[in-house]
Amino acid sequence: MTISPASAAFRGTNAAAPEGNNRLFAAGAYANYRSHLLTYGPAGTGYATAGLLELLEASGLTGRGGAGFAAWRKAAATAAARGRFGGGPVVIANGAEGEPLSFKDRTLLHHAPHLVLDGLLAAADALAASRVYLYTAASNLPPVRQAIGERPEAGRIRLVEAPDTFISGEASAVVNAIESGSATPVDRIGRLTEHGFKGRPTLVQNVETLAHLGLIARFGPDWFRSAGTERDPGTRLVSVSGDVPAEQVLEVAGETPLVDVLRAAGADPSALSGVLVGGFHGRWVDPGNLLLSAAGPAQEIVRPGAGVVFALGSHRCGLAETARIAAYLATQSAGKCGPCRFGLPALSATLDRLAYGGADPALLPELRRLQSMVAGRGSCHHPDGTVQLTASALAVFADDVDRHLAGYCNRKELLS
Amino acid sequence: MSAATGPEPAGHLHINWTRCDGRGICTELLPSLLIRDDWGYPLAADPELAEKSRIPFGRASERDVADAVALCPRLALTVLRPR
Amino acid sequence: MDEALWAFGRASGAVSLALFTLSVVLGILVRSGRPLLVLPRFAVTLVHRNVALFALIFLGLHVGTLMLDPYAQLRLVDVVVPFLGAVKPFWQGLGTVALDLAAAVVATSLLRRRLGPGIFRAVHWLTYVLWPVALLHAVGNGTDGTSKWFLLLALAAAAAVGGAGLWRLSPRFLESARLRQEEAS
Repeated sequence: MTISPASAAFRGTNAAAPEGNNRLFAAGAYANYRSHLLTYGPAGTGYATAGLLELLEASGLTGRGGAGFAAWRKAAATAAARGRFGGGPVVIANGAEGEPLSFKDRTLLHHAPHLVLDGLLAAADALAASRVYLYTAASNLPPVRQAIGERPEAGRIRLVEAPDTFISGEASAVVNAIESGSATPVDRIGRLTEHGFKGRPTLVQNVETLAHLGLIARFGPDWFRSAGTERDPGTRLVSVSGDVPAEQVLEVAGETPLVDVLRAAGADPSALSGVLVGGFHGRWVDPGNLLLSAAGPAQEIVRPGAGVVFALGSHRCGLAETARIAAYLATQSAGKCGPCRFGLPALSATLDRLAYGGADPALLPELRRLQSMVAGRGSCHHPDGTVQLTASALAVFADDVDRHLAGYCNRKELLS
Repeated sequence: MSAATGPEPAGHLHINWTRCDGRGICTELLPSLLIRDDWGYPLAADPELAEKSRIPFGRASERDVADAVALCPRLALTVLRPR
Repeated sequence: MDEALWAFGRASGAVSLALFTLSVVLGILVRSGRPLLVLPRFAVTLVHRNVALFALIFLGLHVGTLMLDPYAQLRLVDVVVPFLGAVKPFWQGLGTVALDLAAAVVATSLLRRRLGPGIFRAVHWLTYVLWPVALLHAVGNGTDGTSKWFLLLALAAAAAVGGAGLWRLSPRFLESARLRQEEAS
């Protein structure tokens, strides 16, 4: 079994590398600094922070916030931009988690804030950062503030409140929010790692990524790779929700079969219409034999994105569900880019007609036309993510599309 | 790679969507590269183009591209050159 | 010679005002995003800019000739600082105000790419102050300013700019207004 529920706390009596897949919550629920140190030992022992970039590269850690980009590449690009571009580097822990189906970052910040601080401080030291930020929703600030108060060296971390919007966690929106107070994406030609916060080299990493980084700095890349596989090493947190007995955060190894994740959360994979993986910018899949992995052949894996697994029971209509999500995403456009501002409501309205309305054969080509018109035409990936979601719905729920076009829906959730 | 621009584009026209207001000047000057979408915003004429905010153009379009950049009322266009 | 300078100084002022009027109306048309009959949008933009350029040339000639003219008694300081003039200081001062505003609009237009669209646009809005001030200056300061024929022309210019301004404020002003109304909420 590759899955261990995060709630089942393993409390180490003396500090040692956690075994199995229960890594991030090994210090137990609401771990304070003392239980954190008892479980993991002091930060930075065994492995010097000077070689952190090499450790990261050897670990193969990928970003856990959505894009799944290699963690060491971003850190190395930021380090390389030092000196070449003005000002000392800036390191930002991104705990915005604007994705409504994701709650793993929130869980992490409440139960294991010290791991995040370890990773953030280690990254800041390795890059000789001039400024260190942690950016997260107001409800996550108290546990983080308390954790910072427990260790003097964390006093340099500045806390910034993230607004409760879907795109508040998009990297350029994060930098914009800290810089100007407006959590909206900005147009970028270069990379944030070169020209980010006030033109300085800027590293924006998801809080879970930093927590893994903190453990890699302690126990090394070989330990990190002892879970997961060669092409998707380590563990990741997954927020499982939807038609499951209880919503929960699971810590699973790389390349875990999606059906195992569903079963671990108490769902019967055969009783589902489909599964939404990655979040509202992710894609619908039929779990089949798919592996939850950041890398691998497209037909074998589904990218975990922001670590969201949402199960849709077979009594529910995937098109109606997608229409609801698309309507939400349309409201979450920052309205800065015309094709997104006008395209998403048009896409949403057309999808609504397919999900709830008339049997018009023109709806499908119109949806495809709008999808190709909107995709790639924004300063952030909000339009692209919305297109990916709706396109995957048309593929996975193809039979439902046919039925809807014929004027009926065989899910219990009927056409109104 | 687009057939219209040949194998080696002279540069790319970057569209800053946060500034673009779809006033239609670039689409008039560059009809081979840009058409208008349902709301008047510039849309890559080549539907196969991978990056729709970064439009490749050939040498033949240099002058029209420069005019479009200079005349854009919202300063939303930038020419990116291969490094 | 002095008579010629005097006449040219006055005429160039009137021509400059006429060209500014045309440029303001064209500028409003540019903002609408619409083409003008056979002129495509980019051409309307170019005509707007070029008419403004000619207006500036005549403005320069207007100020330059009157500085050389003994009647006008225009000093260098009067070109920059308003309301210090020896003759009709208020009405002359309005001309100086218009000139200063024109300088700001021109400078921000030339440095548009460096300043960004925000500053450019904010300063460009000053033309809505510049133009009526220039018109008042022409009526109040001009030797023929209150003559019947000039007042008729001024009235026509005011009607043109006023009409364009009202159109600017109407809900269907933008070419894209119809395309973008359904989805925008």
